Amino acid sequence: MSSRSPAGRKLVQAGAFSLLWVSALLSVLVLASVVGYVMIKGIPELNLSFFTTPPRGGLSGEGGISSTIVATLYLVVMTLLVAAPLGIGAGVFLVEYAESMQNRLMKPLIRIARFGVETLAGVPSIIFGLFGYALFVTLMHFGFSLLSASLAGACLILPVVIRTTEEALKAVPQSYREGSLSLGATRWETIRRVVLPSAVPGITTGMILGVGRIISETAVFYVTLGGSYRTPTSILSSGRTMALHVFYLAMETRAFEKAMATGAVLIACIIAVNLAINAVSRRLTAGGGRW
Amino acid sequence: MTGTVSARGRMKRLTDSAMGLVLLGSALVSVTIVLLIGLFTLKEALPAFRDIGLVRLLTGTEWRPGQDLYGLFAMIAGSVLVTLGAIVLGLPLALGCAVFLAEVAPAWVRAVVKPSIELLAGIPSVVFGLFGMVVLVPMVRGIDVPGNAGFGLLSASMVLAVMILPTIASVAEVALRSVPEEYRQGSLALGATRWETLRRVTVPAARSGMLAAVVLGLGRALGETIAMIMVIGNAVMMPEAATSNPLTIFLSRARTLTGNIAVEINYATGLHAAALFATGVVLFVLIMIVNASARALLASGMRRG
Repeated sequence: MSSRSPAGRKLVQAGAFSLLWVSALLSVLVLASVVGYVMIKGIPELNLSFFTTPPRGGLSGEGGISSTIVATLYLVVMTLLVAAPLGIGAGVFLVEYAESMQNRLMKPLIRIARFGVETLAGVPSIIFGLFGYALFVTLMHFGFSLLSASLAGACLILPVVIRTTEEALKAVPQSYREGSLSLGATRWETIRRVVLPSAVPGITTGMILGVGRIISETAVFYVTLGGSYRTPTSILSSGRTMALHVFYLAMETRAFEKAMATGAVLIACIIAVNLAINAVSRRLTAGGGRW
Repeated sequence: MTGTVSARGRMKRLTDSAMGLVLLGSALVSVTIVLLIGLFTLKEALPAFRDIGLVRLLTGTEWRPGQDLYGLFAMIAGSVLVTLGAIVLGLPLALGCAVFLAEVAPAWVRAVVKPSIELLAGIPSVVFGLFGMVVLVPMVRGIDVPGNAGFGLLSASMVLAVMILPTIASVAEVALRSVPEEYRQGSLALGATRWETLRRVTVPAARSGMLAAVVLGLGRALGETIAMIMVIGNAVMMPEAATSNPLTIFLSRARTLTGNIAVEINYATGLHAAALFATGVVLFVLIMIVNASARALLASGMRRG
């Protein structure tokens, strides 16, 4: 190996390791400065009326964010209503059925299904926007609306839901299934009464991840949601999410302090999402799955 | 009695196979969406490929919808340059973080750094864009070069470097962690220091996984839209150096492929809209190539591991 003296080699190690320490510290510092800056500039702008009044529109960016909170909530719920059943269904199929279906008809179908999930996970969000604009906004005449946006958003988070469902199901011990099947339950009964209930925390993690993606996504909704700052009244209403509101404020008004305040609310939401995921997965590891 | 029992048994079996079919259906939704995306984008882009031609689309440097001029080369250059800049700025930090977390960090430091990087991954791109506009752009504006407005490739590269850090760091960390412990022990037993082991054994063994992490980061960078719109200036122009120093090219304003779509799609009609869908096709193909190579790298790493 090295011809240097042991002391020299120790010195090289100390130097290299300090560089690694520095890179980790720098990364944390970058996070702290982005989050810290937005929080410090944004939080002083927050007060009750900021949350309860809608934006007033116009170049000065007056008003609060109430309608954008409502639009974000609607969008999250509608997107999950579409993506959750499809994603969980796909995850269940890929873990519980695919293994045992190795005949000539099913094998290529399963491979195609897996390829679809992998490819979808890599599609950049603006392509989902473009697709949503062409199909839902234009061709299906849903216009710029919560409906168009949530359908495009569902395509975006589908791979996340599928993957976390798969992980959650794989973590359920095989003995659970064997026990249920040996008692005479069919495969579907086993899934519904034994496998799915023990995979609930893992699947919940996937849902929360999806919620986080919808809250932070901007590009897809910029081209499908229309950006109206009024409170949406139906699923065909246009609207803007909080993230979209930050974008409009930053690009079209001078109200950077309002943008910072909305950004601070967004960061708080994302921190809450991360905490929720950690709480669920802690329960997951503490609560068992292991005998 | 036995009749009802067997009828119930038949019902159950029927439900079982019916659910199997329903679930198969939902498993095929993803690939259907992929196909629909491909079909729609191609169909809408078709007039552009027919009337403008693939070569002129890809190599044309003029994008003037008013005069029916649709060349994407300036945007391709913008996307490639900003990604390059982000990799140069972000890669050392990201890989350093990955190696630190996998091999060096004491447990309590890891317990702080790892969640921070996860949080960084979740922060909305619009927040990074806002931070870039308010903090980085004025900083870059301070560089004394003619025509420098602060908005441009450098600001965008800095924002993007931070955004791809979590992707690269987490995938590379997994790659390092999956190197078998025996490799390290063998090297340490031969008298190598921990650093020598890291440099000559662990990192080489995790090479393909780490490379895949970088390629995934590239994909993420090419696909980023909103943060880029906010800091890159969005001017349709070939980025060029303002002085004799070639690095000043990064002070030039530019536009990315993603930004081109987002900024113009909602009011475009006719050939203009078709050209924007063609932009989507170019972006889609670019990212699919990048992602496929990352997947191939990961697979080859697993085979050897």
